[in-house]
Amino acid sequence: MTRVRLTTPLTDETAANLRIGQQVLINGVIYTGRDAAHKRLVELLDQGKELPVDLRGQIIYYVGPSPAPPGRVIGSAGPTTAGRMDAYAPRLIEIGLKGMIGKGARSEAVTEAMKKYGAVYFAAVGGAAALISKCIEQAEVVAYPDLGPEAIYKFTVKDFPAIVVNDAFGGDLYQEGRKIYAEE
Amino acid sequence: MPAIRTIDCSVIISEVARLCQEANYRLGEDVINSFKKSCETEVSQSGKEILNLLVENAGIAAAESIPMCQDTGVAVVFLELGQDVHIINGDLYEAVNQGVRKGYQEGFLRKSIVGHPLERVNTGDNTPAVIHTKIVPGEQLKITVAPKGGGSENMSALKMLKPAEGVEGVKKFVLDTVKNAGPNPCPPLIIGVGIGGTMEKCAMLAKEALLRPVGEPHPLPDIARLEQELLEKINKLGIGPSGLGGRTTALAVHIEIFGCHIASLPVAVNINCHAARHKSVVI
Repeated sequence: MTRVRLTTPLTDETAANLRIGQQVLINGVIYTGRDAAHKRLVELLDQGKELPVDLRGQIIYYVGPSPAPPGRVIGSAGPTTAGRMDAYAPRLIEIGLKGMIGKGARSEAVTEAMKKYGAVYFAAVGGAAALISKCIEQAEVVAYPDLGPEAIYKFTVKDFPAIVVNDAFGGDLYQEGRKIYAEE
Repeated sequence: MPAIRTIDCSVIISEVARLCQEANYRLGEDVINSFKKSCETEVSQSGKEILNLLVENAGIAAAESIPMCQDTGVAVVFLELGQDVHIINGDLYEAVNQGVRKGYQEGFLRKSIVGHPLERVNTGDNTPAVIHTKIVPGEQLKITVAPKGGGSENMSALKMLKPAEGVEGVKKFVLDTVKNAGPNPCPPLIIGVGIGGTMEKCAMLAKEALLRPVGEPHPLPDIARLEQELLEKINKLGIGPSGLGGRTTALAVHIEIFGCHIASLPVAVNINCHAARHKSVVI
């Protein structure tokens, strides 16, 4: 299958054109975030305050990178389990988050929000962290440095490989893939 | 009477630090060979591609001395301490923690530990390590460092079965646990299974089972057969590499057993992602 090149921020139209199984190469700025950062973002929304980053049209990559050794922009940086962010993700999708990159299954609340607001969930290959780090050209912490590996980084990525697992129409590649190869 | 041998804490610190880095940079040949072997039999195209990527990823990590996975884990440290060894110049467990601190700091490994499970503030140095000690005959100290990622640990489970549930109950619990884990723990997996003992002993058996070279069968033929049967059944679940569908959901099932109470049949399933990391030294 040909890989589609995407550039962030994503438009509604781009998100609407993606379907499960589509392999993509993501380019441009993406933000990182794990549980602790998500918790703070949602707390700010609850208080009616502005977020430290404008997430409209953006992609959040669920990752806690390892520290950058000398001469590198970042250490290893593969995806973490997305399900831990399920409690927070619908709120961010509601305010305009268009994409998420992680690994593992999402809750119904998240996929419903994705359908309602037109967002996409991509999987990167879990554990291929040394390889993935090669796609990250710039990295800077833009919020919550006190969280260490859980801080929000702004990554500039070039041809970051991912695959659409949940699209904006309720498709789920994990379920479909399993059905094809399950023998019992 | 055998002579008492002394081991200095400074040696333990430097060896633990080295093992933390080695384990995170260099995936065992047994795991890499298992990727290659599975690639030949995997029927899913995406599954094959992912297995090849994992071989490539392990190569980059080893060549460039960077962690194969960003989750460099909780440092699980197994000590097999000879009963004729005298540890000098410090506290053994403090030396292990000092080694973890040094290894994670100097090796640019991620610090993934919070000091209090509810307050959740990162300790900043990846301690405390989880240390398991066994006293054995002899005058040597064997140290094994097995960094364990959170994603696969989270999908692990333990159940106290009724003896009447028997081997069928054991199989069902293992399969249900892997099925429920789905794509989350980064398949292809190594499945450590403990059967027997008490609750905590059973969990330890499952953890220890992960240290065996990938695919090496249990010495008891009936247990080895059970390992094989479970592996075949798991690989029929269809989960596949990265959970995107395929026949390589697990690379191996390793079972360890222990005697147990007449009323009990404990089963523990400790799931390891494909970054099945452990490195040992004998001092």
